[in-house]
Amino acid sequence: MSRVVRLFFTCAALFALPAEAETLIVSVSSHQIQISSNYTGDQITVFGVVERDGRTVARADPYDLVITVRGPPRMLIVREKERLGPIWINRTQRRFPDNPVYLTVSSNRPLDEILGAEAARRERIGLANAQRLENSGLDLDASTTRFHNGLIRNLSEKGLYAEEERGVTFLSPTLFSAPIEVPATAPTGPYEVEIALYAGGVALARESTSFEVVKTGIEQRLASGAHDSPLLYGLATVALALFFGWLASVVFRRD
Amino acid sequence: MQIYLPIAELPISVLLVLGLSGAVGFISGLFGVGGGFLLTPLLIFLDIPPAVAVATVAAQVAGSSMTGVLTYWRRRTLDLKLGGVLVAGGILGTIFGVLFFNSMRRLGQLELVITLSYVTLFTTIGGLMLYDALRSALRVRAGRAVRLRRIAGTHPWWMGLPWRMRFHQSQLYASIIPIVALAVTIGFIGAVLGVGGGFILVPALIYFFRIPPAVVVGTSLFQILVTMTGATVLHAVTNQSVDLVLAVLLLVGGVVGAQFGGRAARNLDVGAFRLLLALLILAVGLRFAIELFIAPTEPFSVVLPESAR
Repeated sequence: MSRVVRLFFTCAALFALPAEAETLIVSVSSHQIQISSNYTGDQITVFGVVERDGRTVARADPYDLVITVRGPPRMLIVREKERLGPIWINRTQRRFPDNPVYLTVSSNRPLDEILGAEAARRERIGLANAQRLENSGLDLDASTTRFHNGLIRNLSEKGLYAEEERGVTFLSPTLFSAPIEVPATAPTGPYEVEIALYAGGVALARESTSFEVVKTGIEQRLASGAHDSPLLYGLATVALALFFGWLASVVFRRD
Repeated sequence: MQIYLPIAELPISVLLVLGLSGAVGFISGLFGVGGGFLLTPLLIFLDIPPAVAVATVAAQVAGSSMTGVLTYWRRRTLDLKLGGVLVAGGILGTIFGVLFFNSMRRLGQLELVITLSYVTLFTTIGGLMLYDALRSALRVRAGRAVRLRRIAGTHPWWMGLPWRMRFHQSQLYASIIPIVALAVTIGFIGAVLGVGGGFILVPALIYFFRIPPAVVVGTSLFQILVTMTGATVLHAVTNQSVDLVLAVLLLVGGVVGAQFGGRAARNLDVGAFRLLLALLILAVGLRFAIELFIAPTEPFSVVLPESAR
């Protein structure tokens, strides 16, 4: 690489710096949620600080923060019931490949006050925008939005999707924390945490971190036993069931 | 007290599951039916994934029918020969049922097939039984004898078909063609709906073949024991959906409940017995019919593929 080109890149990098004057330093209270037999869901705290260096211009607007947590992606099928004669049946369905089963969007104030609808769509902010729908191929048309809204309503009902308008608290103008509820029904796997910083509707910085939900102890052994040696697991279950049946007939025998 | 289910992947109240399985076990012991047709929808209602519910209930039903089989075996009210014929036919029917199940799933209409079959089957069988039970109850009140046993020398035409076989225990001498046909039908329905089929087998053996109810219950339990043992292993091997923790909870509640049910059955007269079973089956059928006819408040539903859980 010639010296001129290298100089050009150095200059470009220097000039680009002011636009990224704020940096986010974030962490989560735990990088692993362990599922044991008394597990009934857990809470993770996302916390961090907005770091400004000397060159940072003074902002007229206060900082806004949006934290998006996406659970492991799955193929989801959404069905719609329609009337056929006197009965209601599932007539149409849509597939949503690689859709997170768990999704929460926390912010320090309502999303529509933080940024505009168009920007939210572009930057994947909010429950409806967090998952891009373009990869579903030929399925994509006007009714896809209806199905996607149905999906969001269904999973919100189950506590797997949530929008927390006051979920992020600023402890000082630059220090923040946000509790993230992980319900017991949330799937195991990696969870991706994305933190986006705004001021006056302008995106300033983005940072991400992650945590995972895993089974431990007896829960993990049973689940892996069921998957790794299914025949043995099945036979063991049957043996146990028949043993219980036999035991009951002995215990309750009266003749 | 909550316990986390490793395969269903959600926590559940221990007392709630024990109570439910105890109640269903009581009904199962009372009527000699597996109880799967009640327990499976109940578990699905508690948010347990359908595949896990069906597979785990199979294990529970195997366990509680084991108790029943042993009890009836000791009392010598179990017709092993008839049971063997029923099992053989049942296996054939199960294979057809699984093939049908998979082709319907490919067509995306499985849910409709299941709901429609539940509605038609349960309301028809329940309605017929209710009618019959009420009619005989009225006859008893009018002072006329209830004709439950065959009159010597007479038999319906289907019992006179070729290949007649003698079943001593059941006091039956009949062609095995209608018996095998019945077993195939029940295996088919069982595989499609994920139920043992005892609730069809018991009334069918009583009404069509006039077999003494005491023998019918033991023999039906034997057939259920064999098919549900096979079903549990098959479910575990093919889709790893048997939840051992849930199975243990269901077993504890189920076997205890079945004991009390079995005891209550002996203090119950035949008329009330049939009336109760009829009402129970009819209620389940109507429950599904409501779902079919009432406009849903939320037309959309989300299906998590089982492998994804």
